[in-house]
Amino acid sequence: MKVAISAVQPQFEAELERRFGRCAYFVLVDAETREWEAIPNPAVEARGGAGTQAAQFLADQGVQAVISGDFGPNAYAALETADIHMYTARGGKISEALDALLAEHLERVTSATGPRRHQDGGRGFGRG
Amino acid sequence: MIIAVASGKGGTGKTTVATSLALAISESSPVILDCDVEAPNAHLFLKPQFDQRQQVSMLIPEVDESRCTGCGHCAEVCQFHAIVVLAGKVLVFPELCHGCGSCGSNCPEEAILEVSRPLGILEAGTAMDGIRFSHGVLNIGEPMAVPVIRQLKHWEPFPNGEVVIRDVSPGTSCPVVESIRGADFVILVTEPTPFGLHDLRLAAQLTRELDLPAGVIVNRDGVGDVGVDETCRQEGLPIMMRIPLDRRIGEAIARGVTIVESFPEYVPHFQELYDRILSLSEEQQQTAKS
Repeated sequence: MKVAISAVQPQFEAELERRFGRCAYFVLVDAETREWEAIPNPAVEARGGAGTQAAQFLADQGVQAVISGDFGPNAYAALETADIHMYTARGGKISEALDALLAEHLERVTSATGPRRHQDGGRGFGRG
Repeated sequence: MIIAVASGKGGTGKTTVATSLALAISESSPVILDCDVEAPNAHLFLKPQFDQRQQVSMLIPEVDESRCTGCGHCAEVCQFHAIVVLAGKVLVFPELCHGCGSCGSNCPEEAILEVSRPLGILEAGTAMDGIRFSHGVLNIGEPMAVPVIRQLKHWEPFPNGEVVIRDVSPGTSCPVVESIRGADFVILVTEPTPFGLHDLRLAAQLTRELDLPAGVIVNRDGVGDVGVDETCRQEGLPIMMRIPLDRRIGEAIARGVTIVESFPEYVPHFQELYDRILSLSEEQQQTAKS
């Protein structure tokens, strides 16, 4: 099984990044052999639709499961369609997240867990 | 003459200024456009009777699955990742779509149709003192404000709108850019606080970027520090008016009553503001010519 884990740094011992669409790297691991490679997330600087772009990227990489902190509604719908299973981890290292997945300690995500993030930024909360 | 009332920071008094300015120059029969389509509120002050309405919608892709081969060209060309192809299935995310049509024109199977997605509504009518009023209302939960603002700007429910006042949303993002683009003058309403100053700087930078003449109104004057004054001096931004911090103004606004209605002594101040805008924008045009 090929697993993608969102990461802060391109290392197996790096910290897990809680944001799915905007993580800097995905660490792709073969769950059986523990062979891994880190790939920069092409969606990290997307103007919008980072979640859907990251999902498309992982589907193209042939990933079957993904571990991250939160999955927004668009990312969730895209990953669900691609039949990529989603799991949440609260933090820790990439290696720990993989071990937790293999020990069946991670929760399988069955609905979007994060907020919608694709709106334009730069707007205050105050009213004009 | 198109005047946009913007700010940067929210809650500094854009609508307060826009509505009182409109009333003070009502003899010039101004048209007011509330471009803050995410939360329009100028109608609460000017109380228009809406009698004209127009739907705003956008064309988005719909995939004919019987023709789609899952080739993925549509997903490759979409700059907004609003259409993805996963496991041979096409998924459209309507709220990410900017309606550019690239997916459809690049589909080799002609499997993509365009369907209309409603975004909001425009409303227009006559308000207090014969002021002609229109605004856009974005549907609840809808993120695509810009197409609604664009259509509001091009909608002409009233003939001969020589003076147009646009009430703009806070911030410096796409809806603000769309709302101030094409204006002859931008009023930046701020308050003399570090927050007001921070966002004023961003808004002033935006007006420079768009090459639009701008001036500042300091609202709640006396509440904070001298940072706004110093910055305006350094950056050559004229301070066109000061509205003091006055609890009675705040109370009137909270009841939906404009400054010029509750304090008629402000009428000449807003008229002077309008005259200064006219002369400043004329100066600007002269400089541009020479």
